[in-house]
Amino acid sequence: MSALGIRLDELTKTFAAEAPPAVDALSLDITGGSIVALIGPSGCGKTTTLRMINRLIEPTSGGIEIGGADVTHRPVEELRRDIGYVIQQVGLFPHRTIAQNIATVPKTLGWDKRRTSERIDELTDLVGLDADMLDRYPDELSGGQQQRVGVARALAADPPVLLMDEPFGAVDPIVRARLQDELLTLQSELHKTIVLVTHDIDEALKLADRIALLNVGGRLEQYATPDELLRVPANTFVEQFVGEDRGVKRLQLSTVSQLPFNQGPVVALDSEVSEALAVMDVYRSTWVGVTDQNAFAGWVAGQDLRRGGDLRGATRYPPAGRVTPASTLRNAMEVIMNSNTSVAVIDDDGRFGGVVTLEAIRAELGLSGADPVTGAQV
Amino acid sequence: MLTQAAVAQDRNPIIRWDYVVDQSDDIIAALLQHLELTLISVGLGLAVAAPLAALALRYRWTTSAITGFTGFLYTLPSVALFALLVPLFGLSRISTVIPLASYTLLILVTNIIVGFRSVPDSVIDAANGLGLTPARRVLGVQLPLALPSIITGIRIATVSTVGLLTVAAIIGQGGLGRLILDGLRRAFWTPMTVGALLSILLALALDGLILYLGRAATPWARRAAS
Repeated sequence: MSALGIRLDELTKTFAAEAPPAVDALSLDITGGSIVALIGPSGCGKTTTLRMINRLIEPTSGGIEIGGADVTHRPVEELRRDIGYVIQQVGLFPHRTIAQNIATVPKTLGWDKRRTSERIDELTDLVGLDADMLDRYPDELSGGQQQRVGVARALAADPPVLLMDEPFGAVDPIVRARLQDELLTLQSELHKTIVLVTHDIDEALKLADRIALLNVGGRLEQYATPDELLRVPANTFVEQFVGEDRGVKRLQLSTVSQLPFNQGPVVALDSEVSEALAVMDVYRSTWVGVTDQNAFAGWVAGQDLRRGGDLRGATRYPPAGRVTPASTLRNAMEVIMNSNTSVAVIDDDGRFGGVVTLEAIRAELGLSGADPVTGAQV
Repeated sequence: MLTQAAVAQDRNPIIRWDYVVDQSDDIIAALLQHLELTLISVGLGLAVAAPLAALALRYRWTTSAITGFTGFLYTLPSVALFALLVPLFGLSRISTVIPLASYTLLILVTNIIVGFRSVPDSVIDAANGLGLTPARRVLGVQLPLALPSIITGIRIATVSTVGLLTVAAIIGQGGLGRLILDGLRRAFWTPMTVGALLSILLALALDGLILYLGRAATPWARRAAS
């Protein structure tokens, strides 16, 4: 099924007549196939908004369209079978086996046994469950495994839309990070339209294509990409919510591949010593890197070269660590901090892919006017 | 020389097996009647308790009225209740079954309510979110999960009904109670012993049977506990 967009139009929910609205005239356009995080302090109506999409809560006024169709124009159970639903407490049926839990919606839709069991096998694989868990009951599984089953159950009938309410809130940080990574992998294959409620800004920044930051009463403060939210917060509320460490958070969002290519003070192993010294000069470096058949082969100290001899004969020191084009800038920064040469070497599938310098990272974040290549102030 | 008391002891022991053999048809009939009246009473109790519990679950404000009413029924003395119904229904099964069913209501209604309320909100939320119809949700998810508590209620109700039923002998019903009453009236211990022992055994047997059936119906509860 192709990805369906979701449109919230002036969505309002008032629980009690005199009470202020929980969600107040919220309009939001969610692009099909993208992950949108609803985030905000408690009482901001993020869960209420989510639950209005599959009509577990009926709006007081305003409308919701999925793929251009008004959600109220279909029988509510039929609508919900087209929308995957994952919640923090998972809500697996304790009296049904894992296989039966996953088969909930297919069974409701009247799939035959063969199609259902094929789908169960597929999903078990997709979410990383062991096949021997299928005959167990939910209470026999760990929290992380249960949440995987929850995701598999939500995806069973291949719904185009997935609603997730703090899906990883109840598992420990290590499992949470892994489940988040797996969700991103999953999404790169499935291209669902995912609406995710979270109170964790780091989770939103990591997972979402766009973040809707809500304030108490369901007022939308900013709706932007993670990078935009960190770079140009719309107001002081956003600034405070996102936190003081906006720059550091952006390090987590950007990858090494986004930086302009920087050869760094690196030459081929068969280069002349004079060439190596000249390159070091350009980069104001006391070290020079050498590549052997396009692969990084180590660092050579400038003082060793000046004492005479050629590059091949000089002592080579291995780099403190390597990064790949997919590494985050935060990752690269860690490597730089641990490195005597103050640069991180990029290893692109065994080939030397340039270097990352602190100045390049600062420039990428727009924090300095330094030349990204040489580090010289301009 | 034997004293008169010893002679009486000799002719009226705790149990006289020749009498048991001689009266076996009557004893079996009493046992079967006891079983039958127990099942009818508990069955009727369940049939009344289910809608009362459903009402209490659906409309929370009715809960205290419903548990109050069933609690009141439970406090009524059984002999008095049997006696009250005889003018209306005669020395009949109806006069026997109505009080016994009434006594089961408190435990059955309470345990049905507790069972359904013990179903985690997240499970109900997930069931709704996955698009289960209300009927499927109630019968396929909530009822099975409420079952352990409901079965416990049925066990307690059944055991206490087996016991109370012996009292119904005073209005000519009461299965094994009839044997006990007969023995007491004639100061002849054998039927009394037989009636008492069989009613205890019946209670134990039914308790075990329901326990077994309940376990068979809720395999997940056992595995989770192990």
